[in-house]
Amino acid sequence: MADFLQTLMTALAIGSLYALIALGYTMVYGVLKFINFAHSDIVVLGAWLSYSFAIRALPLVGLDAHNPATPPPIWMTAGIFVAVLLLCSLAGFLIERLAYRPLRRAPRLNVLITAIGVSLLLQNVGQLDFVFGASPQKMPALLPNWELPIQFGQGESIRYVVLPLIDCIIFAVSGLLMLALELLIFRTKFGTALRAVSFNTDFAALMGIPVDRAISLTFMLGSALAGAAGFLYVLKFPSMNQPAHSVWVLLGLKAFVAAVVGGIGNIRGAVLGGFIIAFVEQFGAYYISSNYRDVYVFSLLILILLIKPTGLLGSPVREKV
Amino acid sequence: MALLDIENLSVSYGSIRALRGISLKVEPGEIVTLIGGNGAGKSTTLRTISGLLSPQEGQILFEGKPIASKSPHAIAANRLIHVPEGRGIFANLTVEENLRLGAYCRKDTHEIRQDYEHALELFPRVKERLWQLAGTLSGGEQQMVAIARALLARPKLLMLDEPSLGLAPQIVQLIFQVIRKINAGGTTILLVEQNANLALQVAHRAYVLEVGKIEMSGPAAELANSDDIRKAYLGGH
Ligand SMILES: Nc1ncnc2c1ncn2[C@@H]1O[C@H](COP(=O)(O)OP(=O)(O)OP(=O)(O)O)[C@@H](O)[C@H]1O
Ligand SMILES: [Mg+2]
Repeated sequence: MADFLQTLMTALAIGSLYALIALGYTMVYGVLKFINFAHSDIVVLGAWLSYSFAIRALPLVGLDAHNPATPPPIWMTAGIFVAVLLLCSLAGFLIERLAYRPLRRAPRLNVLITAIGVSLLLQNVGQLDFVFGASPQKMPALLPNWELPIQFGQGESIRYVVLPLIDCIIFAVSGLLMLALELLIFRTKFGTALRAVSFNTDFAALMGIPVDRAISLTFMLGSALAGAAGFLYVLKFPSMNQPAHSVWVLLGLKAFVAAVVGGIGNIRGAVLGGFIIAFVEQFGAYYISSNYRDVYVFSLLILILLIKPTGLLGSPVREKV
Repeated sequence: MALLDIENLSVSYGSIRALRGISLKVEPGEIVTLIGGNGAGKSTTLRTISGLLSPQEGQILFEGKPIASKSPHAIAANRLIHVPEGRGIFANLTVEENLRLGAYCRKDTHEIRQDYEHALELFPRVKERLWQLAGTLSGGEQQMVAIARALLARPKLLMLDEPSLGLAPQIVQLIFQVIRKINAGGTTILLVEQNANLALQVAHRAYVLEVGKIEMSGPAAELANSDDIRKAYLGGH
């Protein structure tokens, strides 16, 4: 029971991160019908920007940049978070504007290859010395290291589960962001316009919807969520791999799998997929063997694609002609 | 001044020339119809006017101003509204969301409300299906939604591309009645049709398009009686 709870909490935290990243894949696919391979690099950007901001900000309040005795005041942590979100959405905007928009009328394969190119470019620029460098770093703690102990059983069989604060924060912050996105997409005029664009850009333009601006905003929103995921990820896992490390690639890949499992192009599917992937991975790792955690994820992908090729929630509405 | 004035318009798809220098005019208050067989270039004409295609040559004046280089959303914001062939319904949105997108460029909440009620009066069947996904409607219902949605933009010029396509005769009758009503309410209409018979009945003037060229034009009643037209488009009797 205690182990179950602990695994559950980890799965919820990791699932939130997958979901945040999967949303960006799925939103871009929704409007432009291609896989933005550079999306996982925005997560890396978010992670490394968090680090760069943190080591510069901590000394301002008299703390050691790499090994702060106490966490910085909460406004500073929040400030770093917001700055990361803004810069990542700016990066998303620029990538779309410079790399993808000129290819709006080009075959999809060209765009796909461009996306791979953008991804490689970002990975290599990120490793430059005056950018983030090519060596691993340790993210300083920005939050108190609280743990929430829960007691089980009594007397001799008494046991404790410790729920780390960071897991709860990841779950809560991601939950709020996803709720905000849900409201934006399904409850506002702008969201309706975005869904219209994702159905058919020409029809949307005939409604007077500025399609290019809607696409820019999609990239900005998706990239902001990816940046948030990067920030939360390094708070949970402070040993940061260098920007082009395969750990980041795998993180992005699993989030992509989450988007596909949930039904690519479907916003709610991405969230569902994120949690399913994390649950399979974490519970498989705990109860079967942690050596095969990636195997579980990709087996699930194959299974879902065999049973329901469109993903769990991806039932494409047929267009009547 | 004509509401829409097209001069010498040429459009190509790659090396295929779809329009070869066509000119046409729509005066305020008119119903003008553009008829012609498959592949004549009717849809191409509308798609170029609404900015989805850009012309190789020629100019398009709307209210006297050139619009050929503008983007489609800017043209729609000028209330030149195009209901495309196949209706252009957003199947993933509810009927109500589809209708609201019709008023996307408008801020006058109160008047939107009125136009909304008015559009639903024209199509009572749409009113019963507001919360349904538009993709689940029948073809006729979708056409009604498409026209109702266009009305929510308060069009100065309403362009309809084959509104009768694939619909049962009864529904076609209803749609054409509504087209008359909309025009009676003061909206100018450019109607593209393959059903020349019906189109010539409602229109004031007509243009006949043949492989990218205007072959004939004139008052609809005159064309309806011309032998050539009767042979080619009205089943020749
Ligand atoms: N996307 C396209 N790419 C290449 N050629 C096209 C394209 N769209 C149309 N055409 C060609 O342009 C010509 C005119 O097509 P258009 O769709 O305007 O005809 P239409 O008069 O609307 O016909 P219909 O009554 O069948 O709808 C046709 O020869 C068609 O094959
Ligand atoms: Mg056509």
